[in-house]
Amino acid sequence: MSQPADLIPALEEELEAELLPEAGQALRTGQRLRRYLPAILLFLLALGAWEMAVNVFHIEGFLLPKPTVIASTFVRELPVILPAGLFTMREALGGFVLGCVLGILIALATSRWSIISDGAMPFAIAVNSTPIVALAPIMNNWFGITNPLAKMSIVAVIVFFPVLINTVRGLTQVNDGALELMRSYAAGEGAVLFDLRIPNALPFLFSAFKVSSTLSVIAAIVSEYFGGSRDALGVYISQQAALFHFAEAWAAIIVACLMGVAFYLALLVFERLVMPWHVSLRAAEE
Amino acid sequence: MSHSSPVVSVSGVTKVFGEGDSDRVRALENINLDVHPGEFISLIGPSGCGKSTLLRLIGDLIKPSGGTVQVNGKSAHQARLDRDYGMVFQQATLYDWRTVRKNVQLPLEVMSYAREKREARAQEMLKLVQLEEFSRHYPWQLSGGMQQRVAIARALAFEPSLLLMDEPFGALDEMTRERMQMELLRIWSQTQTTVIFVTHSIPEAVFLSSRAVVMSPRPGRLAGIVEIDLPRPRAFETRESAPFFEKIVEVRECLRRDEVRVASA
Repeated sequence: MSQPADLIPALEEELEAELLPEAGQALRTGQRLRRYLPAILLFLLALGAWEMAVNVFHIEGFLLPKPTVIASTFVRELPVILPAGLFTMREALGGFVLGCVLGILIALATSRWSIISDGAMPFAIAVNSTPIVALAPIMNNWFGITNPLAKMSIVAVIVFFPVLINTVRGLTQVNDGALELMRSYAAGEGAVLFDLRIPNALPFLFSAFKVSSTLSVIAAIVSEYFGGSRDALGVYISQQAALFHFAEAWAAIIVACLMGVAFYLALLVFERLVMPWHVSLRAAEE
Repeated sequence: MSHSSPVVSVSGVTKVFGEGDSDRVRALENINLDVHPGEFISLIGPSGCGKSTLLRLIGDLIKPSGGTVQVNGKSAHQARLDRDYGMVFQQATLYDWRTVRKNVQLPLEVMSYAREKREARAQEMLKLVQLEEFSRHYPWQLSGGMQQRVAIARALAFEPSLLLMDEPFGALDEMTRERMQMELLRIWSQTQTTVIFVTHSIPEAVFLSSRAVVMSPRPGRLAGIVEIDLPRPRAFETRESAPFFEKIVEVRECLRRDEVRVASA
């Protein structure tokens, strides 16, 4: 090759991107399919085994309904469980936003006044490893059992700690060279915060968001198990289970799963929009 | 060589790390050095000779324990506040979240340049380091040598009077390194910036510099200064010329003389 050595890798990437966009895309879709094929097969196999086991061992329907029964119940009950799911999702989302906003604000304050982070971080890390959802009955009493705020506050507390901890890490774990560069520009604290610390914290923040998204759906549903509005998914699940209507309970659990996954995927898309540089970084490393 | 007032004037500078501790390190002892406008100075010596420390003292990233550093007739601290320094480190330290163009604009944003001025300067700088067509790439899409060229463009974007470089090519392979040295000399001759360049490579110091400041360790001090009057522009052929080898020998002798002196002491 006659090109200077340091141009070659970048040029190769350029060429690939310019000459073979469709080919590259097709290749990637094919690769992706191949990667997920074992998981899909295993899932179908497990469903088949489940169905057969229930038939062969004559397991009572109220103990473990067949997947086909759950599927037909899911379709029949959809007019009830879908609105219930959305009701619970609103609680999860409301609590998520509240917890994230509080977590980020306090993280910004702690990184500005290190005395706060020195005092608060060990406490936050300790609280983060306790089962906060156990507070649900107390919150139900504080806000009223049917008040969505009771559930939102549980979700908010659960989301708050991982967001706080990760944001503080992202704001403080900054490359020394990058900081010295700012120092050499005689940059003010504002510039260091907005041009360096906050962008540096984004990947940390998004990993907290992703963990919190699933946590918030779990927290909303579990706190509804302790009682709540009759429109809520968690209340529906616990009531149907109490009546031995397990197919209905399972159908509602599917709705809960779908909500959790949808929330997570929405955050992935958001992450790609906010940090194109970061996702492409990881894509390149794969 | 110019005899106008020096850009950098280091006098009687001492640096002790961990002052008051039992394991304190005397990193620099009684350093005196004047750097004149337009000079290309290298600081060369083995690890632990304090060459990076001296550079960081000049750039006001750390404070001396004794003595004074004057830059453009001011204290180093005031010179930093006046944005007299462009700095390039061994790691390019580009910001991952900024494109090449935006990285070059970083100092200009911090210094509140108007948008049009920023765009124009970034364009000009990327042209200078011959990376115009990569202006919209992200750092990870560039090779190490290209990243370091972006770092140089960024350091020069606000036209600092002094460019401080701390082993900027230390992480590059030999071929890339030699090409980057040529690039740097071209940029230096076009911009007339005064450069202080830390390296532990003797050929690199000889090829680039107008003066090589030879340093020795424990404690860090000046072992000697070698004038390098090889003709400019220096080119590929320079590296194969007899005077080039003579200068390499001269720098090496200077380093060795000091070792012998320390050993016999």
